Amino acid sequence: MPMKKILIADDEPNIIMSLEYSLKKNNFQVFIARDGQEALEILETETPDAIILDIMMPNLDGFATLEHIKSKPELAGCKVLFLSAKNKDADIEKGLSLGADAYLTKPFSVKKLIETTQKLIE
Amino acid sequence: MTSGFMILILLVYLGLLVGAAQLAERKQNSKWTNNPYVYTLSLAVYCSAWTYYGSVGMAANSGLEYLTTYLGPVIAFPAWIVIMRKIIRISRVNKISGIADFISLRYGNSRTLGALVTIIVTLSLLPYIGLQLKAISETFHVVTRTSDAGSLLGDTSAYVALALAAFASFYGTRYGDATQKRRGIVSVIALESVVKLFIFLLLGAYVTWGIFNGFGDIYQQAQAIEGFREKTSIGGLEGGFNWFFYCMLSLFAIFLLPHQFLMTVVENNREKHLQTAIWLFPLYLLLCNLFIFPIAWGGNLLVEGGANADMFALLIPMQQGQELLAILVFLGGFSAAVSMIIVSSIALSTMLTNNLLIPYGLVRSLSGSPDTNNQRIVRSRRIAIFVIVVLSYISYRYFLQSHTLVSVGMVAFLVVAQLAPAFFGGIFWRRGSMRGALYGILAGVAVCAYTLVVPFLLHASPSGFDSDRWTGFLNPLALFGLDYLEPIPHALFWSLLVNTSVYLVVTVSRKGNYRERNYAEMYVDIDQYITHHENAFIWRGTAYISDIRKVLVRFLGEEKSSRALRIFNLKYNIPPDTTMADARLIKFAENLLTGHIGSASAKILLQGVTKEDKISLPEVLSILEESKENLAINRKLRATSRELEEISRRLREANQSLIQKDKQKDDFLDTVTHELRTPITAIRAATEILHDDDDIPEPVRRQFLQNIISESDRLNRLIDKILDLERFESGRQKLMLEMIDLTDVARGSVEPLFQLIRSQNISLHWQTANQVMVMADAERMVQVVTNLLSNSIKFCKKDSGVIRVGTHVADGRAQLWVFNNGPAIPDAETEAIFDKFYQSDNQTTRKPVGSGLGLAITRQIVELHQGSIRVENQPDGVTFIVELPIFNADEKNTDS
Repeated sequence: MPMKKILIADDEPNIIMSLEYSLKKNNFQVFIARDGQEALEILETETPDAIILDIMMPNLDGFATLEHIKSKPELAGCKVLFLSAKNKDADIEKGLSLGADAYLTKPFSVKKLIETTQKLIE
Repeated sequence: MTSGFMILILLVYLGLLVGAAQLAERKQNSKWTNNPYVYTLSLAVYCSAWTYYGSVGMAANSGLEYLTTYLGPVIAFPAWIVIMRKIIRISRVNKISGIADFISLRYGNSRTLGALVTIIVTLSLLPYIGLQLKAISETFHVVTRTSDAGSLLGDTSAYVALALAAFASFYGTRYGDATQKRRGIVSVIALESVVKLFIFLLLGAYVTWGIFNGFGDIYQQAQAIEGFREKTSIGGLEGGFNWFFYCMLSLFAIFLLPHQFLMTVVENNREKHLQTAIWLFPLYLLLCNLFIFPIAWGGNLLVEGGANADMFALLIPMQQGQELLAILVFLGGFSAAVSMIIVSSIALSTMLTNNLLIPYGLVRSLSGSPDTNNQRIVRSRRIAIFVIVVLSYISYRYFLQSHTLVSVGMVAFLVVAQLAPAFFGGIFWRRGSMRGALYGILAGVAVCAYTLVVPFLLHASPSGFDSDRWTGFLNPLALFGLDYLEPIPHALFWSLLVNTSVYLVVTVSRKGNYRERNYAEMYVDIDQYITHHENAFIWRGTAYISDIRKVLVRFLGEEKSSRALRIFNLKYNIPPDTTMADARLIKFAENLLTGHIGSASAKILLQGVTKEDKISLPEVLSILEESKENLAINRKLRATSRELEEISRRLREANQSLIQKDKQKDDFLDTVTHELRTPITAIRAATEILHDDDDIPEPVRRQFLQNIISESDRLNRLIDKILDLERFESGRQKLMLEMIDLTDVARGSVEPLFQLIRSQNISLHWQTANQVMVMADAERMVQVVTNLLSNSIKFCKKDSGVIRVGTHVADGRAQLWVFNNGPAIPDAETEAIFDKFYQSDNQTTRKPVGSGLGLAITRQIVELHQGSIRVENQPDGVTFIVELPIFNADEKNTDS
């Protein structure tokens, strides 16, 4: 069984570090982007099984990045999980209505994030 | 024919009249008494004994001129119906009871004018009534072939007069309200009109076809008589003038004679009846005249000379031996005389009581119960009737023996005609004033007296008419040389000329009072007025309803008054507990009382309980003043409302800014929580991994722990900065001001950052001036420089970063600037970058490391020092410039 691919897009290096460690430990192949722009660049060549998206990022925010992803048919099978400090109902609704498969708020439980990601992929 | 038999016949005839009157009174609403024919026939009271006998006499003596008496009314009749409709409406609305009432009310309810009219009309009519008595007396003697006994007790006409007075007083004054219809009297007059016309036509037919052979035969035979030609023509231009004035005289008479006014206006039930009168009355007059000429010429031919031509109508049948016809003719003449006596005595008595007696005395003594009041009024009217009849009789007995019927009738017409200018002017001319009417009538009567009475007295005097003494332009029979008119037309011409001129001149030169003008409006525009009757009066004053009620009760009785007031309140929707009367009620009460005691008296009575104020000039001015005040108040109100608008605009703005601030606060909180959560998230994730994962490689474990430490520090810094900012913004941060050198501060601030600058390969350049002294908090100034330097380190070019720091004095301000060669800031954002968490909101630039509060805090510190901060884009980078007020040593010294 080939390794599942996960793309992380976040601008906080310390958060990325925790995510990367945990995902790798659970046998995911991890790609890292520091903002939305970088994420889209990686998606030109890679087709991950899931994307963990922060919302408040420089250059291109999470919402805009998701719209780009949804506009690409080759990425249709790619699950998207928002991971944001924005925890207001309005933000969660907006994220899900844009087509995200899950929305988790920061601070987050690493264990729960891994579980959710695995569930999404299966 | 004995006197006794004739008296018996008279008694029977009078008995028939009483019966007819009684019947008519009982059947008030029957069609027999209440129809246009009875109304029109009652107007024929105009044809008195004068017509019956006098016209024949006049035709026999002077020819065609008798026609003028009938031509006038016939000519006027088309106009008569229009004018009468108006007069009837005015009279109905105002409860007018006679001509004096009508005129006096029009001129402001003037008591004086009413009294004057009453006196003039009474004086001129007394001889006229006397004439009727004379006719009765003379014809009685002719028919009975007796001669005047000479003694009062032996004179049948004296008894007849008393009988008529009794009849008139009984049927003419049954009600206190003089405008109440007298159906009995009207019916009797109409009946008598039929009788006199029928008998006169009978006589005419007898003379024309019984004695002669038709009109042609009489005409043929009459031609032989002396003066026939003159008597059957008008008599040239001069005669034409006379004709004209005679016609005018009778024209006025049909409007103004009090008995005519009574029958036409007061006794009119329905305006519609006028439409029958307009053709029937002229027809009646025509029939009356049909046989006058044949009888007159027949008399001239048949009766021997020297006989009184006035008596031809009786003498012809008697000479022919037709006793029955003679008696009938006598009864016809008697009817004509009786009608006139009855109607005019009623008219005069009403005028005397309502316009003279009550307003000038009796009214003050009227009090007590309504029954006694009514009794007193009715009794005074009855007495007046008797007085009038008695005075008429006296005038006949002592003044009229030698005069023909026509001449005395003409004098009466002439005097009554003096009312014409005031009468017609009042209906059609708004301006006609009371004084104008009063002086006009007085002047007219004076001219009449001069032109008629003076010659009459001179004629009567033993010395005779001394024409030598009365020549020139003052000749009473030919004033100013006007000598071709007969005495009556002459008097009419001059009196009316003077009368009208005085009326016009006085009216135009002296304005009437407001009361006159009110009534004038009402008279002239009666049709408009009728639609809103009681509303039209401008009346200012105060009165209690209870007082007015008391007055009403005195004349109308408790029950009637209550009903009238109830109806009034209902009509105008006035609550029954209202205490103060308004103008409408005053007018209403005046109307109610007018019918009983005349308008002038009603006014006086009500004046006793009302306090009437004229609207005076000062009041008008104060009303204007009030409206001026209103204008001022309006202006004030407008200003206030403008102010209110301004306040509400500012309120809206404030609200807008509050909403904006609220949103800013929300945004700030959002950002703060996000910024706080980010380190917490990192700490939590790392801690969870450390906790759950036992086999983490040692370097990784150490890294996670290091992350936790740095994120905790970050969190702490963030909290410090937020609190700092809050302190600066709220003004709770106190500055420790001291003299410092800005260059010193700048150099000192760089030291802690020196390592960082070097590690990032940034070249730092100094361009400082010596000693830039400012009054400032040294610690805060260090914070400012550190923030600006950190910012520059973040944004300057990677690997080839350049930072320049400088201080100098320009335009009296101390300047500190920091340059970096980083990317330019968009012009639209040069202000916004100093806002809290600015870079967090703007996602287009790469998020720098830091709290996002540095520049916001810097600005707060600078502004606390009365300084300013701005950013300028340079060709190769960005410069932040801080300006502070320079410290002036001299100033400082003088201060301390």
